[in-house]
Amino acid sequence: MKGLKKKIDSVKPQFEEGGKFSKLHSVFDGFYTFLFTPNETSRSGVHIHDGNDSKRTMIMVVLALLPCCLFGMWNIGLQHAIATGDMDHNFFHLFFYGFFAALPQIVTAYVVGLGIEFIVAQIRGHEIQEGFLVSGILIPMICPIDTPCWMIAVAVAFAVIFAKEVFGGTGYNFLNVALVTRAFLFFAYPSQMSGDNVFVSLGGLQAVDGFSGATPLGQLAASDGAAQVLGVNGTPLSFTDMFMGYYPGSWGETSTLCILIGMVILLATGMASWKIILSGALGGFFMALVANHFATPLYPVTYLNPWEQLSLGGFAFAIVFMATDPVTACRTNTGKFIYGFLIGAIAIIIRCYNTGYPEGAMLAVLLMNCFASLIDWCVVNANINRRMKRSLVKN
Amino acid sequence: MNINKSILPLVNPLSKDNPVIVQVLGICSALAVTAKLEPAVVMTISVTAVLALANVIISLLRNTIPTSIRIIVQLVVVAALVVIVDQVLKAWNYEVSKALSVFIGLIITNCIIMGRLEAFAMTNRPWPSFLDGIGNGLGYGIILIIVGFFRELLGSGTLFGCQVIPQWCYDHGYQNNGMMILPPMALITVACIIWVHRARNKDLQE
Repeated sequence: MKGLKKKIDSVKPQFEEGGKFSKLHSVFDGFYTFLFTPNETSRSGVHIHDGNDSKRTMIMVVLALLPCCLFGMWNIGLQHAIATGDMDHNFFHLFFYGFFAALPQIVTAYVVGLGIEFIVAQIRGHEIQEGFLVSGILIPMICPIDTPCWMIAVAVAFAVIFAKEVFGGTGYNFLNVALVTRAFLFFAYPSQMSGDNVFVSLGGLQAVDGFSGATPLGQLAASDGAAQVLGVNGTPLSFTDMFMGYYPGSWGETSTLCILIGMVILLATGMASWKIILSGALGGFFMALVANHFATPLYPVTYLNPWEQLSLGGFAFAIVFMATDPVTACRTNTGKFIYGFLIGAIAIIIRCYNTGYPEGAMLAVLLMNCFASLIDWCVVNANINRRMKRSLVKN
Repeated sequence: MNINKSILPLVNPLSKDNPVIVQVLGICSALAVTAKLEPAVVMTISVTAVLALANVIISLLRNTIPTSIRIIVQLVVVAALVVIVDQVLKAWNYEVSKALSVFIGLIITNCIIMGRLEAFAMTNRPWPSFLDGIGNGLGYGIILIIVGFFRELLGSGTLFGCQVIPQWCYDHGYQNNGMMILPPMALITVACIIWVHRARNKDLQE
């Protein structure tokens, strides 16, 4: 590390004011602080310091995402193997098939998103913000594996520019960037974001007889009242399959087990708010109970019991990794409970009662993002009023 | 630049005082009729015609209209003109008339028209009022046509209904962007035009 530090320090003057590459100073700065803790400290006044800056935060979230990501890649390979009827592959075959299927998407998302962030940082003379480190891995994980890379590029560019940079960059966006990307893809290219042909990577091979690539929720939304969900080769899915994530879907979000591991990492390191996760899960569970109680063949998704609702689709992923995004969530403690609960409840309502959208988690989080600051405002003002009354009574 | 003062009412609304992107009026119809280029052009012509004629008529009447009922008089004039435009469209271009549906009728409530009648025609002579009407109609239309151009090109791959994005693009995996057809993207396209326009006209920046 010392040698590297010396090397970097020796080229540093070229990036400072007046140096050869002074225009690229923010790029240099970004990489420098990525590798080393900056030496600069505040020069005046008293400041509370915490070793946890946004770079550390982002790295922790990426770490928490890794179980989902690795499992997702293996699951891509597994679904591919089942769909093509070619089951004599070992673990590494499956994993690397998925790895190479997902890699172009991840690279595209990072190159486009970071490229735009670098350019904007140069134009504005800001430091490069690290916010996209997490978004860049989240975006491919919440897209179907067969989404073409150019679509991801267009959607990432749209989301980074219109949901983030125009509002002032990282920390100022009021909508979750990864979800805006997905929403853009969903509304702009619906045929690539739903249906039975995009969630399982066939890799140009012929599928077996009885193959259906629809996600469990997609099957239910299209069914006429049957409450049975099937795997890609037509065998019914058990609850264990749903919990472990052995079914087709947007590739990073199928495994509830891996999401729970990620959740533990996030909570242990203090990155996510347990209030949002708990109330979100409760909201979803409560709404799923209500829906299940009034189950009708008109809305087949209502036949799922609450546990299945929570483990299927992107619900758990959205609650753990999207709703807890500290920038777009509520800031007040009471607000966090309301915000989380409503996300969970609305996600299940959309999923059950709007058959046009098989999964509602994305829309629920985006909707509540819009209301987050309003909820905060109400909570703060209620508090002010309560204390005002109390002081009036005392006097 | 030395522009003849008498044509200022015609030139100003095209950019510096544009009704859509500077005064932010008439946004509703700008979002609703711009999914395709043809309705956008027809809408431009209709609004320009109604606005120019209404401006002239109100300008001629301006000294005889009692102030207390001037809005009613203006509405009657605009409504009469809009009905004429509606009937002409139904007779000559029924398809587009159907595509525009209620939005021709809603020209009556277009804030640009009422705004220009109140702000300009009530206090100016007929010829400047006529120029002002044409200018504002075209200023509105330019934005409509730009938005319509991008929405139809990216959303349907066509312009005026003719295929312009070649088939081989689709063969190589290109797809039309369905979101461009939806109203939100019209709003974002207008926002982009405002962005570019403000960037070029520093004096308009708040």
